[in-house]
Amino acid sequence: MKTLADIVNTVEVSTITLTVNGRQYELEIGGHPDEVDPAHTLAHTLRETLGLTGTKVGCDGGACGACTVLMDGKPILSCMMLTVEADGKSITTIEGLGDPLNGKLDPIQQAFVDNTAFQCGFCTPGIILTAKALLDENPSPTESEVKEALAGNHCRCISHYHVVEAVMAAARNRR
Amino acid sequence: MSDEYRFIGKATPRGDALDIVTGRTKFVGDIKQYGMLYGKVLRSPHPHANIRSIDTAKAKRLRGVEAVLTHEDVPNWRGGVPAHLRVLDSKVRFVGDAVALIAARTEEIAAEARELIEVDYEVLPAVYDVVEAMKPDAPRLHAAFPGNVVPPGFPWFGPHTLQEVVIGDVEKGFEEADIVVEGACAYENFPNPLPPEPPGVIAAWEGADALTIWTASQGTFTDRTVLYYILGRKVNVRAHGVAVGGSYGSKNTAWLLIVQAAVLSLASGKPVKLCYTKEEQFAAFTLRLGSRIQARIGMKKDGTVTAISGDWLVNTGYYCAGTQGQVAVGCGEIQLVVRCPNWNLKPKVVCTNRAPSGIVRGYGGQELKCAFLPILTMALEKADLDPVEFFKNNYVKPGDGYYWRDGEWWVSNGVDYTKAIEEGAKAFGWKEKWKGWLKPTAVSGTKRIGVGVGVHGNADVGEDTSEAYVRLDPEGTATLYSSISEHGTGQRSSLCKMVAEVLQLPLERVSMTPPDSLANPYEFGTVGSRGTFAVGSAVIEATEDARRKLLELAAQKLDRPIEDLETADGVIYVRPTPEIRLPWKAVMGFDRTCLGHGRFEPNFTMPNFMMVFAEVEVDVETGQVALLRVGSATDVGQIIDPLNLENQLNGSLGSAGIDSAIFEETILDRATGRVMGGNMIDFKWRTFAELPPMQHVVLETPFPSHRFKAIGVGEITPSPGPAAVIMAISNAVGVRFYDYPITPDKILKALGKVQGRKARGGAA
Ligand code: FES
Ligand code: FES
Repeated sequence: MKTLADIVNTVEVSTITLTVNGRQYELEIGGHPDEVDPAHTLAHTLRETLGLTGTKVGCDGGACGACTVLMDGKPILSCMMLTVEADGKSITTIEGLGDPLNGKLDPIQQAFVDNTAFQCGFCTPGIILTAKALLDENPSPTESEVKEALAGNHCRCISHYHVVEAVMAAARNRR
Repeated sequence: MSDEYRFIGKATPRGDALDIVTGRTKFVGDIKQYGMLYGKVLRSPHPHANIRSIDTAKAKRLRGVEAVLTHEDVPNWRGGVPAHLRVLDSKVRFVGDAVALIAARTEEIAAEARELIEVDYEVLPAVYDVVEAMKPDAPRLHAAFPGNVVPPGFPWFGPHTLQEVVIGDVEKGFEEADIVVEGACAYENFPNPLPPEPPGVIAAWEGADALTIWTASQGTFTDRTVLYYILGRKVNVRAHGVAVGGSYGSKNTAWLLIVQAAVLSLASGKPVKLCYTKEEQFAAFTLRLGSRIQARIGMKKDGTVTAISGDWLVNTGYYCAGTQGQVAVGCGEIQLVVRCPNWNLKPKVVCTNRAPSGIVRGYGGQELKCAFLPILTMALEKADLDPVEFFKNNYVKPGDGYYWRDGEWWVSNGVDYTKAIEEGAKAFGWKEKWKGWLKPTAVSGTKRIGVGVGVHGNADVGEDTSEAYVRLDPEGTATLYSSISEHGTGQRSSLCKMVAEVLQLPLERVSMTPPDSLANPYEFGTVGSRGTFAVGSAVIEATEDARRKLLELAAQKLDRPIEDLETADGVIYVRPTPEIRLPWKAVMGFDRTCLGHGRFEPNFTMPNFMMVFAEVEVDVETGQVALLRVGSATDVGQIIDPLNLENQLNGSLGSAGIDSAIFEETILDRATGRVMGGNMIDFKWRTFAELPPMQHVVLETPFPSHRFKAIGVGEITPSPGPAAVIMAISNAVGVRFYDYPITPDKILKALGKVQGRKARGGAA
């Protein structure tokens, strides 16, 4: 596996490839606004370069879970990963859930709607993606498994109770 | 839940639900304007210092930098109450105070330029404690505030703003008392409300006298009005409200952030986005007020309170954003909880070299009550009275009066909460768990269980004014014009629901304008639980007005008296002969709309109510406190949306609420004036893995508020919690506490197991 130093040192690699929500992006490394600076986090690139602002940045320091996206199906904190590290990876953001053709929601999204599993909604994209990774791996979690999986997602409005109900409902509906 | 209604009281998806779950909701950080620059703030490393000189030359030369401003460059705009704080000053007053502002093409460039600014400081002594700050030789923060005491008065609440509770004759009251207790208590942990989205704004000038902002505050018109005065009464401000990523009151004190962006935009001639980082939110944005009280309470053996006197010291941090308003509401709210004929409660608002404290859910009342109730309960202990019974007898009842924030005497016209209290206590199992003062409910090994109760209420559900328009369109749709921002309560959806109910239109046919102070009539905003009653009243009146205009047209067309006409689903019926029906289009044609107008005037006669029951388990070996269970009780008249309501009730655990009793605090290093642990890892917050079971009892006794007989409660749900928890811990371990938060070290010290840290409340 390449270390970060390897990647940064081989910056003659002047482009990287990211697949985001099924669409492939060739991104140039550089300092211009549409390029990826080696110091840019994945969260920054998704939001500022690709315009996918559904991914939220709360703490920008790996502590709140707001920036959670799926990388090759696993939840990661996109504020803690440099974009150059994600070269060749497949990323799913909140915009990539559900069916883009018919607009149908992912069952988790639908359950969040049905249960009003949010208040301000700022934490919601990160929570939904964390929940999606959980259900993909463990389709029938117990309530405490759901809580454990979401323990890194900060929600200050205290929508937790409805979130847990929504995730449990989504698990039932996906079966 | 009522079956009387088609939508009201039913759980319906929020209007913005799809946007939220798909990531389409736009918060400030998600918005860009053409040619927009990014702002950064250079902040002071010293708690108190004069700026001898600033050299910005290097920063200005950096490519991509478009403005660098110091106190020498900015207009003499002043904010705070009374206006006393410059946007940038030649003096800094806390670690994190603004020294210079930078605007650049990217955030990275702005941050780099910030590093290039050189500042020479003359460091001054600092003061952090309210009592120390009032001493004659204390460092003075503002020339205008001798003794660091902020003058009373809050123009927004009128010329007689309540600034103390002075009623009857306390000396006589103390003579009549069987029990007199005296004590001090500090709720001075300055917890951070900590909205998930850090504060941010975009500002753009259009000419010298027109400023447009995109703001995450809870009231577009509040920003508009406040900025009008700060910017010298000659700038027309247009405020667009955007989705608010949590506020809990705090983003309503964002004038400084907004003016920082505005002055950068003015200097650069371009729109400027200024978003604080999480660390700036911790170190330099709104915290809860510090509250310390020294009080004396006289009571008869039967629990009749005869006299209350005390000094309430409020620590507002380095400047005063309008704390006098919070003092006013706190003074009003305390009268709702304790029935007493003789008062002499004297508040003082004091500045110290700390980060700003200001508006947080609970707005002064939570701060006062958390400090006051532990002293009151000393008297209840002496009289051996059950606190639930005491609150039941004391909480304001219809016909009882109180001085409210405007200094006027108001009489409650609301409901009696006795039944809510009884049902809440029953659901919680209070009678079985309550064993008397300082007695645990159960003991098992090193674990002790205790219960406590707290109470809060607010007559601000009817505060301030609201206006709304409702427009009916021929297609059978309705649009609500109201400048309400969505900050998590679901208020926008609930208002649309009211419109739909009055017009009997399917929910999807009712929409609402975005919050915008230009396109909408006056609206104070969603604060103080006022959305349901105050805003709702204006919206209902506007809808009824529009409906009447439509039916008047139909009456002419059909040649029927208007009283015979009804409308539902975009069709007008004649009641005695329902087969005679006209779609709205047939009445209006394609080239007409019906516009209704509604207005709400302040009405402080309907206090809301919240009681919180807490059960805790204390490990007397480790001092660890676990919150085992939370119960709550309220009466809202009529539930508008059960899921939104439940969310707000669960919110008692967040936003510097219940947990400020046990672990939430902003710790200051008094040697340097810095906030310690000002980040999401060190600042403790409750996670999904530690959720106590919650049980809410919500009654629906009709209020004389408006046609849906409802009032709101969202703002106050966290407020009774901390006092309930401190009581529960005291009962569990048999020792009283007077200094929040009750951390393990304090418990072990109280039990004589360790030498604890010095109580921070009083120390400088
Ligand atoms: S924004 Fe990435 S964890 Fe907080
Ligand atoms: S819904 Fe606001 S933080 Fe979770």
